[in-house]
Amino acid sequence: MSTATEMVESPTGGAAPVLSAHGLVKRYGSVTALSGSDFDLMPGEILGVIGDNGAGKSTLIKCLTGAETADEGEIRLDGEVVRFANPLAARDAGIETVYQSLAVCPALDIAANLFLGRERVKKGIRGTVFRQLDHKGMRDEAASQLKALGVLTVQNMNQAVETLSGGQRQAVAVSRAAAFGSRLVVMDEPTAALGVKESNRVLALITSIRDRGLPVVLISHNMPHVFEVADRIHIQRLGRRIAVVSPQSHTMSDAVAIMTGAMAPPTA
Amino acid sequence: MTTQAATVPSAPAPDDPAEVRPPVSLGRRVQRVLHAQPILGPAMVLAAALVVFSLWNPDRFFASGTFVLILQQTAPIAVLAIGQTIIILTAGIDLSVGAIMVLSMITMAKVNAEQGVPGPLALLIGFLVGVACGLVNGLLVTRLKLPPFIVTLGTFSIFFAINLLYSKSATVRGTDMSSVMLFLGQGVSVAGTKISYGSILMLLLFAVMAYVLRNTPWGRHVYAVGDDVEAARLSGIRVRRVLLSVYVVAGLLCAVAAWVLIGRVGSASPQSGQTENLASITAVVLGGTSLFGGRGLVLGTLLGALVVTTFSVGLGIAGVDQQWQLLATGVLVIGAVTLDQWIRRVKL
Repeated sequence: MSTATEMVESPTGGAAPVLSAHGLVKRYGSVTALSGSDFDLMPGEILGVIGDNGAGKSTLIKCLTGAETADEGEIRLDGEVVRFANPLAARDAGIETVYQSLAVCPALDIAANLFLGRERVKKGIRGTVFRQLDHKGMRDEAASQLKALGVLTVQNMNQAVETLSGGQRQAVAVSRAAAFGSRLVVMDEPTAALGVKESNRVLALITSIRDRGLPVVLISHNMPHVFEVADRIHIQRLGRRIAVVSPQSHTMSDAVAIMTGAMAPPTA
Repeated sequence: MTTQAATVPSAPAPDDPAEVRPPVSLGRRVQRVLHAQPILGPAMVLAAALVVFSLWNPDRFFASGTFVLILQQTAPIAVLAIGQTIIILTAGIDLSVGAIMVLSMITMAKVNAEQGVPGPLALLIGFLVGVACGLVNGLLVTRLKLPPFIVTLGTFSIFFAINLLYSKSATVRGTDMSSVMLFLGQGVSVAGTKISYGSILMLLLFAVMAYVLRNTPWGRHVYAVGDDVEAARLSGIRVRRVLLSVYVVAGLLCAVAAWVLIGRVGSASPQSGQTENLASITAVVLGGTSLFGGRGLVLGTLLGALVVTTFSVGLGIAGVDQQWQLLATGVLVIGAVTLDQWIRRVKL
């Protein structure tokens, strides 16, 4: 019953989790997607979230990022109980999400996409009365963000996103989350549509976000990718968290076996 | 082929061999240029139209009044088309702009001429009618989630019917109206010809909308909603609010177009507005704004509107029947949409 006892010790020892959930239940009609799921994200870590199709992985993430509201259970952000009515509320609380669809507008340029929905206006009367966009400020900020994350292949901030490759688009979406996420970043299948080289670049990006102090939740079907970068791995099965393992404590095939029920989850 | 490709200096994508491209054909290159510079298409069509009509009727087309006449005839259509542009940019369409214009026009004219409401107040009432009509469209689109095409097809008939019922199908004469109502028909003399205030107001509105679309957060959100509505929503843009505001602003512009039309015609006829309705869509499409949303410039719409009028004035001067003018406009629209489809299939 108690999954908390099966947890692998977090890298930060006894620190309090940044984001945690307890006993989350979510039903869609007669289907129970989450049946009392727990969740813990520790400061400064990359937490991989894996699970078979239908394990409740995406429902769990939707509840944590405000895309859905859980029927039961509570979510705590830095120890405070929170309730997100919509994704905007979660975003305002400092949780940035990189969606699988990327949520970028193809015809808009890189800088515009980075600041989409939170554009900056010029200072003084030009901003307050005439609502004039600070084109240059946003362009410079976008360039320095992309540079800080080592995304140097993207040079021209005026380039429309549709002219970029899949990996570069992903980099734009990830940079946006990194630039605005104050508490944590959630990434949903960031490497699903990418080739080997581009995947590696995105994984490096995820690591560099963690190294800048922002914890990352990485949802992925790709075991090698998860095992490459995650500090701990949350395994979701049949609507609940069945185990938390680490790349050091378990092999990839162990994780898959636990995930599919072929192997009993580790008990502490 | 292979040796040629090998000698070409490598494209600026050094670490991605998949991005090394084969030489591009001329057609593909034209496609890319038009994709990057959508204003080029309508500018070339307008230039070509002016050249053709000038050669066709050199003496009369170049008569001093022709260009002023084109500008003046364009004004009401062009103001409607500004509203149409912002709606089409959100991937919507407004089939009711002509009906909103004529309903606002009849209302402002009648309360002024028959109820004795002072001119400025009558104008304000007319503007409010336009805003209200836009609000109805916007609420139906955002709250009931009906497709804009269906909503505005319905409200076109409703607004037009209200206009006929209210006016009892009778024209309001200009001689019964106060001078404010007819003000936009007057103008300033420049180099021997008179440029109407209506034309000047139209150009001013284009400048304002061009600024707003390019330089304000609202303008950027209009593009984002039309480009990818889900991405816009996930990015925190209040999509419904943007859509509603777009329909309301378009409604207001329809009422301004009504004022311009009264000035140009010198009276208010409840039967007008029907050709302007489709002409506004024609202008937007000719102007290179994509019917799929997210792409286009209001400057293109101005060029598109000028193309529509240049054709009708040019063919008129050449003594060609009205039916042929209509036919030419139809061919232009289909040509423009075909071009848009082709440009959108661009491989970058």
